[in-house]
Amino acid sequence: MRKPRKPKLAVWKFASCDGCQLSLLDCEDELLAVAGAVDIAVFPEASRAVIKGPYDLSLVEGSITTPHDADRIHQVRRTSKRLITIGACATAGGIQSLRNFKDVKEFTAIVYATPSYISTLDRSTPIAAHVFVDFELRGCPVNKRQLLEVISAFLHHRKPNTPTHSVCVECKLRGNVCVMVAAGTPCLGPVTQAGCGAICPAYDRACYACFGPQETANTESLAHWWSRLGVKPREMVRAFRSFNAYAEPFRQESEAQERGSGR
Amino acid sequence: MSERTRTIKVDYLARVEGEGALYVRVKGDRVADVKLKIFEPPRFFEALLRGRGFAEAPDITARICGICPVAYQMSAVHALEDALGVRVDGPLRALRRLLYCGEWIESHTLHIYMLHAPDFLGYPDALQMARDHRAAVQRGLQLKKVGNEIVTLLGGREIHPINVRVGGFYRVPTRTELAPLTERLEWARDAALQTVRWVSAFEFPAFESDYEFVALRHADEYPFNEGRLVSNKGLDISARTYDAHFVESHVKHSNALHSSIRDRGAYCVGPLARYALNFDRLSPLAQEAARSAGLGPVCRNPFQSIIVRAIEVLWACDEALRLLATYEPPPRPHVDVTPRPATGYACTEAPRGVLYHRYRIDAEGTIVDAKIVPPTSQNQKMIEDDLARFIPPRLALPQEQLTLQCEQAIRNYDPCISCATHFLTLTVDRT
Repeated sequence: MRKPRKPKLAVWKFASCDGCQLSLLDCEDELLAVAGAVDIAVFPEASRAVIKGPYDLSLVEGSITTPHDADRIHQVRRTSKRLITIGACATAGGIQSLRNFKDVKEFTAIVYATPSYISTLDRSTPIAAHVFVDFELRGCPVNKRQLLEVISAFLHHRKPNTPTHSVCVECKLRGNVCVMVAAGTPCLGPVTQAGCGAICPAYDRACYACFGPQETANTESLAHWWSRLGVKPREMVRAFRSFNAYAEPFRQESEAQERGSGR
Repeated sequence: MSERTRTIKVDYLARVEGEGALYVRVKGDRVADVKLKIFEPPRFFEALLRGRGFAEAPDITARICGICPVAYQMSAVHALEDALGVRVDGPLRALRRLLYCGEWIESHTLHIYMLHAPDFLGYPDALQMARDHRAAVQRGLQLKKVGNEIVTLLGGREIHPINVRVGGFYRVPTRTELAPLTERLEWARDAALQTVRWVSAFEFPAFESDYEFVALRHADEYPFNEGRLVSNKGLDISARTYDAHFVESHVKHSNALHSSIRDRGAYCVGPLARYALNFDRLSPLAQEAARSAGLGPVCRNPFQSIIVRAIEVLWACDEALRLLATYEPPPRPHVDVTPRPATGYACTEAPRGVLYHRYRIDAEGTIVDAKIVPPTSQNQKMIEDDLARFIPPRLALPQEQLTLQCEQAIRNYDPCISCATHFLTLTVDRT
């Protein structure tokens, strides 16, 4: 009898820092086991070898920022049975989406001597703005335990176990003292999706929302509490406008703060 | 009669960080054109830093590169501390060195075992190499893991650590928290020594160049965060005068800004440069390992950079153990900083070489202007120069083998295209 075919895994990169796909190589204890369970068909950061599609599972890192990439993501979707986006760039447009709030021509002129050579879109957008996405894994970078969980879940046709509650819950689980209540430090934890393990508060630092907004994030209420701690609207714009700046709840709140209207 | 024209093309370079391609055109027996093409999309970091608070710079610039975020954080905090007139000394300084040791171990080991060694042993990747060399690949993964453990303990996580701030850290570890690292590093030091032996037995193409090496040099340490920027051809400057000595020119054919030394041209940063300019600052164990591996105090064969990386991993284990043995927690996790209008400069030694940051801030600490020059942009011209000299004597090789050797010559520099790209001009040509 023939052995069952191993599922084919592909890793694709768009505008990004490579950190999320590196998370896979950072699974030092599990990597060889993963490589035994799947055929790594496309993973240029790790291998010269390329196996032809279609692919059972595609992991997509990075955001769409060029006309060419806006086409390429459709090709990736066509050859992928399941497509999972990994990280803040792919799920929210990443730090490079700060251009979305400015004139991109101005940005190009600051960085490049000859801006006319630059081919770029006005906006950095998440993958889901272009193609259907089966699952979005948050984080800047993603948590490698969650990454293994999601790969394993999709290979076994089950739903990934990735909580959607806020970082506050993880703080309680980790036994952290609340930095906002105890030290009066403005923290984004109450509106940020869990997944990191509440690292920042464990290091005496406020959460800066690198996992993006949780479901039904009440940013307006949090902004109110922040203003009572003396945070100025300009600082709030910066806080909501970072690695997940273009995620809808954060975008709306930063724009509300920019208008100075609250909401 | 027209000369025979031959092209060597790699449409998507593998086992490098980021998206690049190679195009070489050979006419007769000479190389008519070498293009290390970059099609990684630009992300405009210098532009998006404008208007942000100075305290945000280490977290934002870390996102330039997932492989060497600590390097970006170190260059950012040192440049900003230069602007703010603050010096971070004692245990905080030692912890920053320890953090950098972790990143060097992690990044170098990734490159040695997973990106570069497969070229020497004839595999498309480390996972297939593991079928025949499982013990070696396991050793590499575990060694890399020790580097990541240091970064995770000090930084909170291995990629984009959260604990670095201008003035020091948010929280510093106790001696008890650091204690488990000692045993791990003692194992890692042995593994690094085995790594030096393993890679020094590889076969290396006979290829040397009279490089201008550029690296930091410190009064008594192998360099991380401080020192003069020196070269073997007379450069000796502080980071504050970097812009007066280095120029970035817009080279249209490669669609990239190339960094060069004013009036002299291409230069080389990274392990070969650091090693050549600081051999006397290596620990006795690392020097001895280098001699046993057959290296003199200067190595001009870029293919042997894999040995030099292994020696730097060994040294980083040694240095981390030294730092751990003498660590006493500081009374406060950071020194206070007060914004003032100023410009600050810093070079630090990223795993791939000199990483320059410059920031101008206003009275409130808002960033008005930022400039970042990553190591890969500095090495890019050198990589093309290497290829132009490497290829002609090897034209008799079959196409597939020559292409592979060209890729290997690029991987000698562990190029990080993601890093380089925020300033590279973009054309997409993926036909």
